[in-house]
Order: sequence, then structure tokens, then C-alpha cells
Amino acid sequence: MRRLRNILDRIEPGFQEGGRWNRFAPLYEMVDTLFYVPGTATSVAPHVRDAVDMKRSMITVIIALLPALFFGMYNTGYQASPEAGFLQNMQTGVLAVLPLILVSYIVGGLWEVLFAVVRRHDINEGFLVTGLLLPMTLPPGIPLWMVAMGISFGIVIGKEVTGGTGYNIFNPALVARAFIFFAYPGQMSGDPVWSLADELTAATPLAAASSVQGADAVGLVSGAGYSMSDMFLGLVPGSVGGTSTLAILAGAALLLVTRIANWRIMAGGVVGMVATALLANMIAPASQNSMLSLTPLYHLVMGGFAFGIVFMATDPVSASQTNAGRWIYGVLIGFFCVLIRVLNQAFVEGIMLSVLLGNAFAPMIDYFVLQQNIAKRKRAYAKQ
Amino acid sequence: MAIKKAFDTFAGPLAKSNPITTQVLGICSALAVTVKMDTALVMSAALIFVLVGSNTIVSALRNLIPSRVRIIVMLTIIATLVICIDQILKAFLFDISKQLSIFVGLIITNCIVLGRAEAFALKNTIGESALDGLGNGIGYGLILLLVAAARELLGSGTMLGIQIVPRFLYVDQGGWYVNNGFMLLAPGAFIILGLLVWVQRTITGYTEE
Repeated sequence: MRRLRNILDRIEPGFQEGGRWNRFAPLYEMVDTLFYVPGTATSVAPHVRDAVDMKRSMITVIIALLPALFFGMYNTGYQASPEAGFLQNMQTGVLAVLPLILVSYIVGGLWEVLFAVVRRHDINEGFLVTGLLLPMTLPPGIPLWMVAMGISFGIVIGKEVTGGTGYNIFNPALVARAFIFFAYPGQMSGDPVWSLADELTAATPLAAASSVQGADAVGLVSGAGYSMSDMFLGLVPGSVGGTSTLAILAGAALLLVTRIANWRIMAGGVVGMVATALLANMIAPASQNSMLSLTPLYHLVMGGFAFGIVFMATDPVSASQTNAGRWIYGVLIGFFCVLIRVLNQAFVEGIMLSVLLGNAFAPMIDYFVLQQNIAKRKRAYAKQ
Repeated sequence: MAIKKAFDTFAGPLAKSNPITTQVLGICSALAVTVKMDTALVMSAALIFVLVGSNTIVSALRNLIPSRVRIIVMLTIIATLVICIDQILKAFLFDISKQLSIFVGLIITNCIVLGRAEAFALKNTIGESALDGLGNGIGYGLILLLVAAARELLGSGTMLGIQIVPRFLYVDQGGWYVNNGFMLLAPGAFIILGLLVWVQRTITGYTEE
């Protein structure tokens, strides 16, 4: 480690003002602060000194993503050849998923560096999370150039056009996914995309639940061969990181213990989802729509709901910032997710669009919460 | 001096005060008719015809139009021209006319046409007004064609109906390429339009106050 510090110190003058490589100062800063806590002191109030800076908190998110990622790799292999052993499935999965992650990081990183150099700001750590989130929401067999297109769109249109990290309206990883979803629907939806093996095509649990009109959704799911425990563990077809509710819960626990994600958003999401699903269950007998009869517990373990509410909705930039707002924001996402899943047969998976919709509403929710608070305090002041 | 002023009247709307990217007018049709180049071309031609015609006629009548009813008079002139071009398209370019559907008729409500008549033709001579109409029409058409070129190339792999992306690259021919379906949707035009605005404003440094 000492050796690395010496090298960094030796080349540092070149990147400073007037140095030869001053233009690429963001690159130096990125490497330097990745390995060492920056020595700079805060120059304006508040002078909070905390070891957990942006880089550490983003790395905590990545650690929280790892259980879901590793399980996703195994499941990718398992869906391609259910009879093979653990190691072989893991190998298949790693070979399929690692290229997606590499492409996402390399292409996204190039855009990030380009904008940092042109706009002369530091490279932001948030990208480390975005670059991992995107591949985890994709089908394992998606062509790599589509991942490159998606992450480019997510970084440039989803983030940089509005001013870069901290100014983005929408979660960049979800913008990237939405772009791939609408641009290349053949590679993003439908039964064949979820398994690497061509001869194995299986509907995802959500697709199975909406496959027959007028039937009972729970029956359709178990009829397709998916048990509750399989779906909870994640041994079902789906996006790379989104199938295992168990692994996602482990990540959620870490995010909540370290307080990096806000519990109100997750709790609100679950409340909204359960309430809407129960409402749907009540009107189910009167309709031919099978999805209406899906119970809340199934909504929780099927599809990407857990992944979206834990890792996507809690993005600190695009979510609501007030505590009351976070509840409303979470409930809204849970509500929209079930609504899209149940009522819009064109999109069997609702969480992507519902989180984006939540992002769009987040600033307005905050505005009304603040106005409400101002009005309340005005009334209290007038009483005195 | 007169030539320079005439040139500015004509060239201003091409880039600096472009009706779409700077004034953000006529967005509706820019989104709707830019899936393919041919519809965008015909739409641009139709708009140039209406814009030059309405500017010229309004300018010629500008001292006769009572200012209280000027909007109605201008709309009558514009509507007449739009109906003419709509009938011509139906007679000679029936297929494209069908694809453009109501958007030719909607030129009547296009903010650019009424905007130029109100803001320019009512106060200027016939020659200047015609030139202003031509400049704005071409400025509109340029953006339309740029958006349509990007959308048709990325969304369908063609240009004016001619295959540009080689056939053998496509997945169904054993290749790997797939057309970008996003570009066929209206949001695709929004994004392309936004990128054009971004590029233009980065170059000119123009900002909304």
C-alpha cells in the first residue's frame, strides 16, 4: 500500500493546476480517493467529519447487492441446465453475467469520464452502483451491445443532461433499463429471453399468472411448477438479480442497518403493494382478469418488486427527501406496481415503470409536504 | 444594407432563432410525422407553402385588416391555404397524405404559422414577409428532416425507404443487429429533438432567461 501512495504522490503535481495532465484531474482524484480517505478538510459549514463519505456509502450498496448478484449468477446457470451441479451452474452464470457487468462498467465509465473531463468536475461514485444495478435487472442472455446502448442512454439522458449526479430526476439505471425495454422488446420480454438455453423456454411466474383469462392466478403459478419456496429463494426464471427475494432481503437488511437506504420508502412500498393487492383481491370475483386474484405475498416474491423497492426506489437522489414524503412516495410506488401488473396486460412487470413514475412525482410530493409544514407552523404561530 | 437585412430575415430562423429548437413551436407535428423521411419531407414542403402563402397574403392585406378581428381573418387565410395543400396532397401523393392523416389539417393550428403572421407579416412589407415565411419554413423543415433522418435510420435501418443498414447484419438473417424500436415511438423524437436543442445551445450559448 505504501508503494501505491508513493506513486500517487509522485504523479500528483502533473494533475494539479498548470500541470501537464490537469485536464484529466478527475481521473487522478477518482483513483486517489478510491484507495485513501481524502485529506481535504471541509471549508464551509457544516463541518461534519464522517468516515462514511460518498464512496464508502456507495460501496456499502454494492456489498448489499452482492448476495442477489451471486445468487443470480447461480440461478442463471440453474435455469439453463437444472440437472447440472452447483459449480457448473455457477460457472455458466459467471460466464454469462460477468460480461454484462463489464460492458456496463466500461461503457458507462467512459461516458462518466468524458463528462467529468469536459465539465471539469470529479468523477462521481454513484456510477459504481448504477453500473451494477443495470445488468442485474436484465435477462441473462441479452446481447452485449444492447447493454452498451442502454447504459449510454441511462448515463447521458438519464443523468448528465440534467447536470450529472445529484441533479438527475430519474434513477439512471432504470432509465437505461426502460430504454432497452422499449427499444428492443424482443430481447427484453417474452418467455424465451429468460433462459440461456434455447430449448428451455419458461414463462416467468408473473407471465404464468396472467396467461389464462378467468383462471385463479395462484393456481396458474403453481400449475406452471413454481412453488412459494422456489420463488422466495429465487430458483425461477427472471432478470439476473431480481428473482431471489431472500438474497434481496439480506441486502435490504444491510442497507437498513447502515441507514444508507431509508426504511420509510421500503415500508411504504410494501404497504402500498399489500393494500392495492388486497383491494384487487376483493374485486377479483367480478372480473375475468386472473391477475386480480394474486395475493400480496405472491406479489412480494414474484418478479422484480423486491429488487425495485429495495435498490431502485431508495436511490437518495431521485426519491423524496422528506420523511412524510418518503412514505407517500413508497406507497405510490407499491400502488402503481400492482396496478400496472394487474391492469396492464402489455407489461407483466410493473416495478420499473412504477419507480420511474414515483421518481417523477417525488419533487412534487416534497413540495406539498413542505407547504403543509409551513402552513401548520403558521397556524401554531398565529395561536400564540 | 437592405440585402443584409433581407438575408438576416431569411437566415435567422434557420438556426439562431429556429422556430423549433429556439422558440419551441410546432413540436406536436415534429413528433408525429418524423418516423419516416418521406412524411417529414412532404410535411415540411406543405408547411413552407402555407407559411410563405399566409405571410404574403397577410402582409398584402395588413392595412385593410381591422385589428380587432385580425386573428379570425388570418386564420381564414391560413385555413384556405391548408385546405388547398391538403387537396393537392390527396390528389397527387395519396399514400403519404394518408400517413400524414390529420397533421396536414393541423397546420392551421401550428403556432409557427399564426405566430409569424401576427409577429411579422402584420408589420412588414410583402417581400420581407415572404422571405420570413420561407426562412421559418425551411428552419422548421431542417429540424424535421434531421429528426426524421435519425429516427428512420435507427428505428427502421432505412433512409427515404432505401435500406442503409446491411440486411445481413439483422438477427433474422443470422447477424446480431436489431432496429431500435424506441425511435419509432414519440418519446424517441422527444429525445432526438432534445439532443438537437442541447447541441445548438451549447454552440450558441443561448439560454432561457
